[in-house]
Formats: sequence, C-alpha cells, structure tokens
Amino acid sequence: MALETALHSWHSSNGARMVDFGGWDMPVQYTTIVDEHTAVRNDSGIFDIGHMGRLKIHGPDATSFLQMVCTNNSANLKLGQVRYNLVCNEKGTILDDILVYQHGSDFLLVVNASNRLKIVSWLLSKSGSLNVKIEDQTLATSMIAVQGPNAIALAKQLISDDPSKLGYYFSFDSKTMNVPSLISRTGYTGEDGIEIILPKGEEIKVWEKLVAMGCKPCGLGCRDTLRLEAAMPLYGHEIDENTNPLEAGLGWAVKLDKGEFIGRDALVKEKNSPSGRVRVGLELPGKRIPRELYPVTKNGTALGKVTSGTFSPTFNKPIAMAYVPANLSAVGTDLDIDIRGKFEPCKVVSLPFYKRKTT
Amino acid sequence: MDPIKLRYAKTHEWASVEGNICTVGLTKFAVDLLTDVIYIDMPDVGDPALKGDSFGEIESVKAVSDIYAPVEGEIIEINDKLVLDPATISKDPYGKGWLVKIKMAGKPKGWLVKIKMAGKPNLDHLMNHAAYEKQIASESH
Repeated sequence: MALETALHSWHSSNGARMVDFGGWDMPVQYTTIVDEHTAVRNDSGIFDIGHMGRLKIHGPDATSFLQMVCTNNSANLKLGQVRYNLVCNEKGTILDDILVYQHGSDFLLVVNASNRLKIVSWLLSKSGSLNVKIEDQTLATSMIAVQGPNAIALAKQLISDDPSKLGYYFSFDSKTMNVPSLISRTGYTGEDGIEIILPKGEEIKVWEKLVAMGCKPCGLGCRDTLRLEAAMPLYGHEIDENTNPLEAGLGWAVKLDKGEFIGRDALVKEKNSPSGRVRVGLELPGKRIPRELYPVTKNGTALGKVTSGTFSPTFNKPIAMAYVPANLSAVGTDLDIDIRGKFEPCKVVSLPFYKRKTT
Repeated sequence: MDPIKLRYAKTHEWASVEGNICTVGLTKFAVDLLTDVIYIDMPDVGDPALKGDSFGEIESVKAVSDIYAPVEGEIIEINDKLVLDPATISKDPYGKGWLVKIKMAGKPKGWLVKIKMAGKPNLDHLMNHAAYEKQIASESH
C-alpha cells in the first residue's frame, strides 16, 4: 500500500495523474510536463514534496554524529544554514544525498523518499554509544516547494518574516498563514524559491492559497526535467550504492580534511587513483531522446551509460547525463548514443545545462 | 473521423477503411497518456506494414512508444504535417493527427471468400468502439 501525503486527495480531485514514487502515490502531472516546467522557469510553480524524508537529529553528540555519517562538513554551519551532503558507506559509495539544516540546537535532515527507511536504520546502527536521537518526522509534517522567478514574491505575502532576506541555502522559523513553519531558500529546480515544512493538516490552506494566487501546481514529471536541466543528481539514476561522489562530480561535498567519517578511507583511495569514469552532460542535435541505460558509444563501442535523459523544454532539444571514461569527458567531445539500435551523435557539454540569471 | 465508427487495436491505434485504404492513427487515450509529443518517427512510403509489427515510434518528454500496424499492407502515404508539428497528434488525434495510410493486401482465405472478398479489407480482428472503451477503462483505473 503506497503512502499518501496530506495533499493526496487534492491532487486526485484536481486532475493529477498519480504514480508510485519511492513508495508514495504522487502526482506526476496535472496538465503537461512542458506546461508545468515552463511555469516554473518563467513564473512560479508549487510542488507537494511531502514524500521527502524529514529527520530530526538532536542530542549533545548530534554534530559529531553527523560529521561521522556524512561526507560534508556540518560543524561550521551557521545558524539556519542548509548544506548539501552525502551519506556514504565504508566503500565510499553513496547511500543517499541529503540536505542538512542547522536548526539551533538540532539538525534537520531532508532525505530521499525511497531511502528514508534505509537511512533511518543506517543512522540508528551507526549512532552506537553517542548521545544522539534520531526522530523521523516525515509522517507528522508536510513539505511544499514554491519555485520560480516569482515564487518568493508570492510566498512572502503569506509569511510573517520576509523570505527574500534569506540567503541562498539558509532557513528560518516563521509563520505561514499563522502556522509555525520552517522556511528555507532551497529547491530542486534550478530556480529561486523556497521550501516550507509545516505541521501535517496545515498544508492544505497554504497550498490552496498559493494556487489561488497564481502558483501553478506541478508534478514530479517537471520536477525531473527541471532538475535535469540544472544537472542535479537524482538518487537511483546518477548516484546509487555503486557510485562514489568523486566520479559523480560531487567531490565538492566531500571534505577529506574534516576528520574521520564513514567512507573516508575509500574516498582517499579513489582520489589518488580514480575509477576513470565521470558524469558528463550530453546534448543531441536531433529529436530522438536518450533514455536511462542507453549505451554511450564511440566508433560503435559502448563506453558508458545514460543515467537520465529527456527533451529539454527550455532549450528545445534532447539532453542527457551519463557516465563516460575520463579521457572522453572533455567539453566538445563527439560521442554517440545507441538509441534503440541507431547511433545518434551527441556532444559533451558543460554542466549544468541551465543556470538561472542571478540579479 | 468519428471515434464511434473506428476500429481499435489493443495497442491504441485506430483504423478506418475506405475501399482498400486503411487510415491509421493513435487514440486520444494514448496521446493523452503520452502528452508533450516531441517527435514521431514515420516509415517510408512503400514500406511494407506487417500486422502487429512496429512501423514507427512516438516520443514524448516522458517516454517513447512503438506504433504498431493494425493491418497488413503497404504504406502509401504518411502525414508529413506530423513530422513538422508533432503536437498536431495531441490536438486532433482522429483528424489532422492521422499517421499513415496503408493499402491493404486482400487476404483470400478460401474459395468463396476468394471470389467474394478478394481485395476486400477485413477489420474483424480489431475492437469496436465499445470494446476499446472497456479496455481503456480497465487501463486507466
């Protein structure tokens, strides 16, 4: 039986096509992917991301615990700061990619829906004698993302404190329509915007209000095309337990000099003698779309695989991310993708495909 | 085309016959499921159409699907407009969004049939509108 967010019945009664995602019955689209994608790039869109796992980490040893189970540094986070982080196993491969919120004396982890239970039990198993508590708040809370160039201007009308004053990847406690909520300037679309965590049951009035104000309801379909244009990895596609952060281009989230952590020894080795494959962006001149697992080839020989591919609504052409050998990863390299038996030429391009203009 | 009068394949193609020419398209149900159609790979005029075999593919942002020939014969015309503007198939799947025309091969099966039916197309293997409606009701749950 799939889990449902508190907005589930709103989605079904408002024309959403529902799909199973990470054990949750979630909206994939209300109108069309391109329509919703375009709204987020040009105006504003609203996403139910209640399926994302929300774990509170607290206790005197919370900081040292996070330092041990994550690759990035949580010890120097400022009050309210949010940082991308990775949970690796001893082999240095990725169990999950997460956000760590510094929340006063606690931390909040936002983890992938499909990995929530795995990560909770991993964290419990690694907490050992440390004085730390792990509290899964996912089912007691809701989470909404408001994304797009006009998102903050709309959302701020409902929030007691001004979210446009938040730095990128910072958060604060405030009230949304008088409901206590945690607001962060974060997102998974490549656009400016915020994410709101609030008690379960309080999300519907905020959701309906924002929709009434012109925020377009958006499903997971465009969330995928948006994050792909922004070259953000998606767990289970670009990254998994067979991928290490360095080949995935996430070395910036691995702080080998912060002290011991799980996977560090393996990652030091990987740094000294790399696996030889790297994540790249590929662009195709035609219309045929590379899909996950299609072989990337050179002179007919398979060299790697597509991890995600789509038709980019912003650039109006097919794009993909893939792993290829490091010596064929330079921007401008000509490769082919075997699209159902036909070799289609493609070119390595720099990531991200899409970067918003910052003012 | 009037959807009520069309015949349907399980794989969501519709077929309409005039003389021995069968016009083929995709149903509204299928194009609605695909949404955001980006590209339609068409066969060449003169290609054989083998019943139940793929003669093209339709690519949307989300997925790619094969298009199957509902009848046997020869491709005698393709809808060039769809190659230039694939969205037409979503806007008007039973009209301007038709895909191909297939000249159906007469399939004589026996003496009497041969005399009476030679060259005459037969769509008995395809569903009528009511049967197709039933199928998609069970698919869309």
